[in-house]
Amino acid sequence: MPNRFPSPFEAETPPGAEGWEDLYTYSLPFSEDRREYEEATFWFQDSIHWAEPLTPWDATWYEYAIAALSQYNTRHYLIPPALGIDYRVLNGYTYLTPVPVLDGAEIEARVPQFMERAGFYFMNWGDLYDKWLDKMKDLIDEMEAISFSPLPEKEDLEVITEGHGTGSGLTIQEEYRGLLNLGLKLWHYHFEFLNLGYAAYLDYFGFCKQAFPNIPDLAIARMVAGVEVDLFRPDEELKTLAAIVVEHGLEDQLAGGLDALEGTPFMDHWNSVKHPWFNYSAGNGFYHSDKVWIEHPEIPLGFVSGYVQRIKAGEDVARPIERIRAERDRIVEEYTALLSSDEDREAFQGKLGLARVVFPYVENHNFYVEHWSHSVMFRKMKELGDVFVKEGFLASREDIFFLKRDEVNEALWDMYSAWAVGTSPRGPVYWPREVDRRRGIVDALRQWTPPPALGEPPEVVTEPFTIMLWGITSESIGMWLGAGDDADGGLRGFAASPGVAEGPARVVMSADDIGQLQDGEILVAPITAPSWAPAFGTIGAAVTDIGGMMSHAAIVCREYGLPAVTGTAFGTRDIETGTVLRVDGSSGTVTVIG
Amino acid sequence: MSNRFIVWFNDYRPEDRPRIGGKNAGLGEMIKADLPVPPGFAVTTDGFETIRSHPDAVEEVRDLLTLVDFGDPPAIRELSARIRSVIEGLPMAADVEDAIRSAYGELCSRCDRDDVPVAVRSSATAEDLPDASFAGQQDTFLWIRGTTPVVEHVKRCWSSLFTDRAMSYRHEMGHDHEVVSMSVAVQQMVDPKSAGVAFTLDPSTGDRSQVAIESSWGLGEAVVSGEVTPDNFLVDKVILEIHSRTVSPKHTELVMRADGDGVEWRDVADARQQSPSVSDAELLEITQMAKAAERYFGAPQDIEWAVDRHLPEGGNVVMLQSRPETVWSRKAPRQVSKPASGFMDGIVSTLLSPIHTRGPVSTDDGEA
Repeated sequence: MPNRFPSPFEAETPPGAEGWEDLYTYSLPFSEDRREYEEATFWFQDSIHWAEPLTPWDATWYEYAIAALSQYNTRHYLIPPALGIDYRVLNGYTYLTPVPVLDGAEIEARVPQFMERAGFYFMNWGDLYDKWLDKMKDLIDEMEAISFSPLPEKEDLEVITEGHGTGSGLTIQEEYRGLLNLGLKLWHYHFEFLNLGYAAYLDYFGFCKQAFPNIPDLAIARMVAGVEVDLFRPDEELKTLAAIVVEHGLEDQLAGGLDALEGTPFMDHWNSVKHPWFNYSAGNGFYHSDKVWIEHPEIPLGFVSGYVQRIKAGEDVARPIERIRAERDRIVEEYTALLSSDEDREAFQGKLGLARVVFPYVENHNFYVEHWSHSVMFRKMKELGDVFVKEGFLASREDIFFLKRDEVNEALWDMYSAWAVGTSPRGPVYWPREVDRRRGIVDALRQWTPPPALGEPPEVVTEPFTIMLWGITSESIGMWLGAGDDADGGLRGFAASPGVAEGPARVVMSADDIGQLQDGEILVAPITAPSWAPAFGTIGAAVTDIGGMMSHAAIVCREYGLPAVTGTAFGTRDIETGTVLRVDGSSGTVTVIG
Repeated sequence: MSNRFIVWFNDYRPEDRPRIGGKNAGLGEMIKADLPVPPGFAVTTDGFETIRSHPDAVEEVRDLLTLVDFGDPPAIRELSARIRSVIEGLPMAADVEDAIRSAYGELCSRCDRDDVPVAVRSSATAEDLPDASFAGQQDTFLWIRGTTPVVEHVKRCWSSLFTDRAMSYRHEMGHDHEVVSMSVAVQQMVDPKSAGVAFTLDPSTGDRSQVAIESSWGLGEAVVSGEVTPDNFLVDKVILEIHSRTVSPKHTELVMRADGDGVEWRDVADARQQSPSVSDAELLEITQMAKAAERYFGAPQDIEWAVDRHLPEGGNVVMLQSRPETVWSRKAPRQVSKPASGFMDGIVSTLLSPIHTRGPVSTDDGEA
């Protein structure tokens, strides 16, 4: 078994992807300029959030998200042992490394500041979270208010008569910069709470593991899991819609799509809930290509059909809220009774209490940020794409995502400047050619299989967020290094959701392909995104390359009672569609049985 | 009906304990706790005392005991054999024998079959020595059928108070041989597909959220005696999830003899050696039972159970014994919380020392 992963400088550029580095901010790729540091560092691939190579504009979310995460650790709360997460791109794929505080004295010095700052948030969590929801909604309103329209042949007369003193060329550039600023602000808000939420959860988690060394992670999660959670609300609304279809006998109309449903009680409900709940991504929200329900109603309507079939077959599709709540109380009560002293019971109640205070944020932020806000942001970007298409800069609206975010400013400048001068911009010749070239590069990058990690792993992983968010532990690194050694072709991963299931595999690399899943198939994916929830009524089990216990994926798999093995590293590489698998979500093993 | 010489397990009252010994009292308690215990009765110490006080026995046994050199194992063995033959050669008092015969008859009608097979087990007891453990020093006879064999084997249990190991143990501990008395359990035998033990904690860590189950084919003696390496399972008590399973090759099993009397060791076929000896449903049933026993007795339990091969899943598991777990129960409790620390201290220490790099909380080291 090797004891290290390849160096980022050993990676070969896939044929046809030469020059991929120029698709990203100059600070993103590994480079000779920082080689000594980069080679001496252990990097892991973040396929939980970015399983596919990034297009130039989509790298924006990667940079915004990781920088904002880091900023809160480093500069806001002064997490004692942890600075931020450093991040790079290799052949279009994302690689992260946590940056520890190594100097013991510095860690000590950060402790009282952390206690003051984080303590304030924990003490005032409820009020601050209410405020957060208001801030988020305001931010989304601001995003929605942004509009991009083609530059006019001439400015309106009011511009003259009201003495504006500025013109449409400035406005469109301001609107785009405003949109970018809202995007960065969005990710500030995202991490205002998240790491603190995880820290409180980790403390509670650690207590449980010490009190009960064998307690399944799943049991720990179930004691804090919210019963009515915004993240599940979109799926709940689909069930309500299915019930309406059955009640009013609207199956034929349902087959005809939204137009055919016009004027029925179905549409009344649809229209009353589509904002915000169907601003829901069919992927994980990080890619412009992820389909959003509200823009692709065939996706939610397909799921509604599935629920209609189940209701008509006599199945009760509603989540048994009362039973879930009673079961959660029973679990808490029984573990509490097994603790050995009243002091422990009191400490447990305190930690569980705090974990439950913070957990609604941990569960819900994903809807507000990755689904709702990202949906709006991508929509706005596509509207800007329409402007570029009209001006001949781009062949299709989605081509805008082949520009880096700052190149959009340059293209806007080119468009504005030519409009102002009254000549032709360079863009209509330059960008279609360049977009084609870049699309070829990204397609070539897609053919590359990124190693799960780079460089020499640490002896022990101690960085708390790496463990919790990415599920990366000393054990999982050992597993990656030893992967392929398994003689019978099986895989090992995390026991993320209990149960055993057998069935043929279907390897699904991207969110667009989840429609291929057949009844009882085993989903094999780089990740399982929460928005695949309705597909879980179809599949028998899930196997993922990467995933931690608290990844959004794991939460949803458990919610749906689906056996899942996460973090197998090589599931999508080693398993072929059609291979019959046995997935044991209790022991974390995947076995090839035919 | 219970009487001076017989106490039915399902009639058990706490005041019967001195006359029937701890093990039989435990079976009575388990029935009170609604645990599935095969029916049966105890022959009380009063029955044994009729033999001990038999004029022919008293003198002879006492004389024999004064002669022995406890440093000489072959001599003890010979002495044991002589004492046991004296006891077994004495006639049983008529009222005791009648009581046993009629109780066995009633057991047969309760089980709705003639000559119901029973286990006849010794249960040594010493009222003045509540902490003394006599486990394994006396004899047990399995798969005994018919009134006369039952009476015969009750007598053999009595005489087993004088096995060489029991006598040596009493000598070692300085107990007078006369302080120990004997009760005998006569209990319907299940014909187990598999059997084993269960602890209501993980013996390797003391984790009380787990039930540790060991299982092998056939009668539980295979596990208890260490004759095979049993299958091993850990089940979470609260969410009832089997999260660790180790299936070992189980080369032999103790089963009833083909002629229907007694038991014998038999080789296990290769394929079956490697198969798990209990199903998941059975594991969960054992776990629920173990939890119920722990709740009833108010302390971690060490349990013997069996799966009846003639009953369908979901109701085929019986409990044969439940006694307090002793290793971890004697240790200082596993205290996790640190005294007088605020919630921020916990979070800081969690961040500084993430759980995956910590060992379990240390307790005083002892054998687990």
